[in-house]
Amino acid sequence: MAFFNKGFGRKRDQTASDRIPPGQYETRDFPVLTAGPTPRIPLTTWSFTLEGLVESPVRWNWDEFNALPHQSFTNDIHCVTKWSKLDTHWEGVSIDTLLEHVTVKPEARFVMAYSYGDYTTNMPLDDLRNGKAFIGFRFEGLPLAPEHGGPARLVVPHLYFWKSAKWIKGLRFMEHDQPGFWERGGYSMYGDPWQEQRYRSDD
Amino acid sequence: MERIQWQLARVKSIVQETPRVKTFTLALPHWTPHLPGQHYDLRLTAEDGYQAQRSYSIASPPEQTGEIDLTVELIDDGEVSAYLHEGITVGDQLEVRGPIGGYFVWRDAMKHEPLLLVAGGSGVVPLIAMLRHRTKIGATNPTRLLFSVRSVEEAIYRTELEEMAKQDAQFELLLTYTREAPAGWTGYHRRIDRTILTDVLNRFATQPFSFICGPTLLVEQVANTLAELGLPADTIRTERFGPTGT
Repeated sequence: MAFFNKGFGRKRDQTASDRIPPGQYETRDFPVLTAGPTPRIPLTTWSFTLEGLVESPVRWNWDEFNALPHQSFTNDIHCVTKWSKLDTHWEGVSIDTLLEHVTVKPEARFVMAYSYGDYTTNMPLDDLRNGKAFIGFRFEGLPLAPEHGGPARLVVPHLYFWKSAKWIKGLRFMEHDQPGFWERGGYSMYGDPWQEQRYRSDD
Repeated sequence: MERIQWQLARVKSIVQETPRVKTFTLALPHWTPHLPGQHYDLRLTAEDGYQAQRSYSIASPPEQTGEIDLTVELIDDGEVSAYLHEGITVGDQLEVRGPIGGYFVWRDAMKHEPLLLVAGGSGVVPLIAMLRHRTKIGATNPTRLLFSVRSVEEAIYRTELEEMAKQDAQFELLLTYTREAPAGWTGYHRRIDRTILTDVLNRFATQPFSFICGPTLLVEQVANTLAELGLPADTIRTERFGPTGT
């Protein structure tokens, strides 16, 4: 008989349990988790850049970025600190749309997302393509609040939410995978919630 | 890297710290030294296979070998904390894995730098590990703990912190009571604000390295205010909990 905690049982409703990855629980509010102070980024100086292994880098200012085609997205998000939030509503620009503006070199297989405040996080390029990721700047119908990563954050909902870099400043295309901020601190290089890849040793 | 394995700990003792907070001392079959500020994941399994996990900061210093103290606040409607508080007794087994986390940690290399710790409620847990370890290694860096609590009854580790402040001239405990202060209290009696933080920073001869832990709103406000008051952002480390209702 495998170990179990006598008298322990599920307290929460199970309606969406097939959408909650192992070890996660559903929350209705939106917790804030960051490593330090919240950067304040005036929209007049904000920019977003695609660089690294591209034929020629491209940069947008806030107005230019907002003029790109927008989409609405509805996603479940999963934080490594164990909460999951279902059916979050975003508005933003698909990474596919952004990639139409650059020629990515064939050797580019990984991406380092980097942010105002020097946060970084890494992921395979394929995980940003084909509708899998976007730059979100509106959340639940309102401009994205600074503590949740506003003016804009990367959203990669199929990976643990630390991969969805707040205060996004750009994407750098790379040939080889390199650890970002939390990844250097022992968190997973990939972070698949369904495989429960929380820590580096879970990879 | 070898996967951080789940292990079956045995509950060695349970201390009621405050009406809503208990410390569980767990004896670990595979204990490894941790850094103050790190956490363990704890996993509960129901007989039908359902599992729930939470992360809990380690309260004990690494000098306390073979075991860890996890201090757990009872959360209203909390699936895990309620079971720990109501369903666990000495001798029971609990599954944990760790230690985890390499950022919100106080390393020995920081032992000569002035240190500012700011806690709200049970946010004091990872900070007490830093303070206990600091005492064990005999560090003499100027250190202050600004600790926001609702009332005396809810100040976790209060007796120990007051004793620490008496014994150690380089450590100052600064409590602020957000609801009832004890009779005759002359210290802070409000939520942490810019004036309090300015006052605390002025007590340091040189800029301190800071660790802030507590409810989201407190952490946001303190971290952002400290940055506005001139502390470099990369010397301010934060860890938050709640308000997830669990």
